[in-house]
Amino acid sequence: MAKKPVRFTHNGRETAIFAESGSNLLDVLRRVVGDLSPKYGCGQGTCGTCIVLIDGEPHLSCLTLAETVEGRKVDTTGGLQNGPDLHPLQKAFMEGFSAQCGYCTPGMLMAAKALLDRNPRPTREEVVEAISGNLCRCTGYDPIVDAILDAAGQTSGRVA
Amino acid sequence: MSSIEFRKDLFADERSDNLNEIGKPTIRQDILGHVTGRTPFYDDHLFDGLLHMRCVRSPHHHARIRSIDFSAAGRMPGVVRIVEVKDVPHNLNTLLSLLNFGRDDEPLIAPQKVAYIGEPVLAIIAETERQARDAVAAVRVSWEVLPHVLDVEEALKPNAPSVNDIYPNNTFDYGPYDHQKLRFGDVERAFQQADHIVEGEYQMSPIEQAPMETCGAIAAPETNDRYVCHTSTQALFFSLSTTAKLMNMASSRLHFIGGTVGGGFGGKVDSIVEPMAVLGAVLTGRPVKFMWDREEEMQVGAPRGAERWRIKDGLTRDGRIIARSFTGFFDAGAYIRLSSYAVQKGTGHLPGPYSIPNVAANVFMVFTNRTPATAMRGFGITGVDFAIECHMDKGAEAVGMNPIDFHILNAYRDGDMKAHRRAAKNAALIECCQVTAGKAGWRIAPDHAQASSLIGGGAGERATIPETVTDQIGRIGERRRENLPTAPYAGSTARGRVAAGAAKQAVVAAPPQHEDMAVDLARFGFSKPQARATRQPHSAVPPASPSSPRPQQPAPPAPQSSSPVPPPAPPQTPASAPRAPQAAEQGQGYRPEEPFQQGIKRPGVSRFISGTRRR
Amino acid sequence: MITVETFDTIAEAARAMQDRTRYFGGGTLLMRAVNYGDQSFHRMVRARDASLRTIRREGSRILIGAGVTMSQIIASPDTAFLAPVARAIGGPALRNMATVGGNLFAPHPYGDFATALLVLDCRARTADGSDMALEDLLSRRDSIRGIVAAVSVARPAGDDFRFRKVSRVKPKGVSVMSIAAWMPRTGGRLKDVRVAYGAMGSAPARVRSVEQALEGRSLDSQTVEAATRVATEGLHPPDDALASAWYRREVAPVHLRRLLFGDGRR
Repeated sequence: MAKKPVRFTHNGRETAIFAESGSNLLDVLRRVVGDLSPKYGCGQGTCGTCIVLIDGEPHLSCLTLAETVEGRKVDTTGGLQNGPDLHPLQKAFMEGFSAQCGYCTPGMLMAAKALLDRNPRPTREEVVEAISGNLCRCTGYDPIVDAILDAAGQTSGRVA
Repeated sequence: MSSIEFRKDLFADERSDNLNEIGKPTIRQDILGHVTGRTPFYDDHLFDGLLHMRCVRSPHHHARIRSIDFSAAGRMPGVVRIVEVKDVPHNLNTLLSLLNFGRDDEPLIAPQKVAYIGEPVLAIIAETERQARDAVAAVRVSWEVLPHVLDVEEALKPNAPSVNDIYPNNTFDYGPYDHQKLRFGDVERAFQQADHIVEGEYQMSPIEQAPMETCGAIAAPETNDRYVCHTSTQALFFSLSTTAKLMNMASSRLHFIGGTVGGGFGGKVDSIVEPMAVLGAVLTGRPVKFMWDREEEMQVGAPRGAERWRIKDGLTRDGRIIARSFTGFFDAGAYIRLSSYAVQKGTGHLPGPYSIPNVAANVFMVFTNRTPATAMRGFGITGVDFAIECHMDKGAEAVGMNPIDFHILNAYRDGDMKAHRRAAKNAALIECCQVTAGKAGWRIAPDHAQASSLIGGGAGERATIPETVTDQIGRIGERRRENLPTAPYAGSTARGRVAAGAAKQAVVAAPPQHEDMAVDLARFGFSKPQARATRQPHSAVPPASPSSPRPQQPAPPAPQSSSPVPPPAPPQTPASAPRAPQAAEQGQGYRPEEPFQQGIKRPGVSRFISGTRRR
Repeated sequence: MITVETFDTIAEAARAMQDRTRYFGGGTLLMRAVNYGDQSFHRMVRARDASLRTIRREGSRILIGAGVTMSQIIASPDTAFLAPVARAIGGPALRNMATVGGNLFAPHPYGDFATALLVLDCRARTADGSDMALEDLLSRRDSIRGIVAAVSVARPAGDDFRFRKVSRVKPKGVSVMSIAAWMPRTGGRLKDVRVAYGAMGSAPARVRSVEQALEGRSLDSQTVEAATRVATEGLHPPDDALASAWYRREVAPVHLRRLLFGDGRR
């Protein structure tokens, strides 16, 4: 079975692995690197649970050919916190009851991080647009949108 | 979280409001894991040498398997094991056999025919998922396509294809009938007295739970001759016990780890993925993952079954519902799963939270060649409630009443007798209606604005069980021989009568299929009740299971509803005396050379209930 | 097992195409097929050719490399008129990956971007240098050989170009149908009108009945009514899990009317 060497930065750490030819980044991250934070929800790019950041931009890792991340920077939820300190998005999700089963959460956090890194004061519409590629079957989305706005340091605009 | 309004003024004297946790927001204990990506779902476990298992599945609604040629698949790179019918130690099950309800009807791997699109006929275990998929694609199945039926009422016709070999009439057995009957009072006479008749038909589609995490399990050999299984199940003991039964293995050899479900909503109770994974681990001696992809989750995974309801109400001109009659059809798909129970849940719920003096229902669990149905969010209740509430609006319109007033007028109050012969208690519909009217700014009648669930119920006719008219139409098998109507009482003029006040006769709708599945309440610490009078008899109709005698049982705790039964027929004495615990060998000390047994030792006790290890 | 070969230029990649080989653009459709064990190919060919990702003006037209992503369309000032179309496709992550070239070959119900290109006098250029109308390519896309390297489109003026995506899932979902229209006006009358539907057939296609009803007329209520009356003439929309053919036929005139009355941005 042909394997290709792939070198990339994973959550800030230089990583080198062998990826099976034709394998996708999600499988490589989970099975080879051992980062279980991105999830499999559909394998077709419609659910967003596999979203990771490649060079700061959100990508669907289940549709990303693993070898194409050669030399690039890959960031996942597993690397979101800073040592023992949670990222503001993580804190906001916890306080905002923005997760129930938790399966969509890693993908949501990466989509949200990509937004806030580029646009620190988004409108509600911009937040909705940013997570428009992420499905959630538990929360009804509003707690997630509110948490992202809270993390951005704004009021959510909802009546308490 | 602060969008909840507490109405603690309602029923305030029924509780003390001194709770420290209940009613207050509290942070989830697992949310830190969720936001750090560390919550361990079943697939978040890494195993060296993990194998991948995938199924060859039927592309047809209904077909006989002529032959399967997997010779090419077996030679393909990475293929470790082909799993056939003969590899399954016990290849027939139904989920609720664990609770004594229903005959085993569903194979893990279909041996002779398939009854729904996606039913597995073979499994392949390979080193990688891709290799397993490639091997599955190389399997050649020769099918004899059979006629199929996809509509519940079509399935009830005499010439409909027979979907399920164990229930060849396309219906589940409820006592001697092919449907669940509910009878309370005399709807036929009440319809004649009614000023308005309102009829409606309501149809629901199947609902796919569509959790973000697909169903699956990873099983691996563990030490001390056990198998560990990480699973997505919502029902860990269901899954463990079902696996033990299908694998013909003592449950003490299974170590099931669940706890984190990536969204269940009822779709992760069927326990058909864990036996596959464990079977794979047993056959290969290696860790095996059996995981549905998204297409399997949507197509093969069980939805909540579709339902069709016809409701007929008789109303007085002042808006009281004096009669309500239901004909209901649950589309179970090809196998029972939880639909047998859904029907009973639904029937027990009828006619809804209303005090109606005459109620009748015929509720069918029908087999069709659709994906087998299971639970989803209040299954059994939510579907019929949709029908009932739409129908209430129609009734309000017919009598020219505000729908909220219509609800309050007909709502049951505490103490009112419900159709399945229990008194209502803790009713709160009236208060909900009042609060809703207030929020929506709808004016309701002054006396309705003052009404209370605590007042006006439980007295006079409202509290009594009326004389009830019965029929005997629709016995098991009759519908296959001739077209029978499905509505209550339709199809025959013969009527029976059950005296007013007759209740509290527990009836076992479906007798246990094996002696050793009889529930012995003493094991759980219940004190034995006094010897009961002969149960309300069934007439002589083929018993559900050919081999089982009818042990006399006290009323089982759940989920049987006590529906009224047909008029007297010759009493039937139970074939065996009540089972008494064997003279125990407890207290004889630990004997390492003997097989270990927990609890009361009873020969023949089902080994998959717990505690018995066999070699 | 899937093998992957990467070439420096699109021409080399095109020459490397064989049976049971697919060209890897953005991967959003191809990797889905890989993930589901598609047995029709075992080899993927890619090119790291920078020209695939360029957008540039060519006289009155815009040349868009087949590897340009939806995100790039949105970001580039030269393709601002196509930004509403790209924005309607998927979420941000998908848009970072999905390419213009890939959308031309996306099976039903996908292909919203191709639908828009179809009304903008789009011509497709292949790696071996040939050039054909997009409509021609789409009619033979199941059997055509070769790789699309770039597309060129006319640049519409003002709000002559309109696009509407109809989806039941909010805020983003697959199309029940999409409609694109280019309606240049001369002296108040429509001239060289082009209208196309997506997800109303096996591939995005021009709607000649509607074009004829609009051509030469002014865009008033009468004209719009005449156009909606023939909105689905000669069409055989598909039945699928999203919508039945009946539903598509029922709603097409409604959405066409909304688009023609200027309601139609995204």
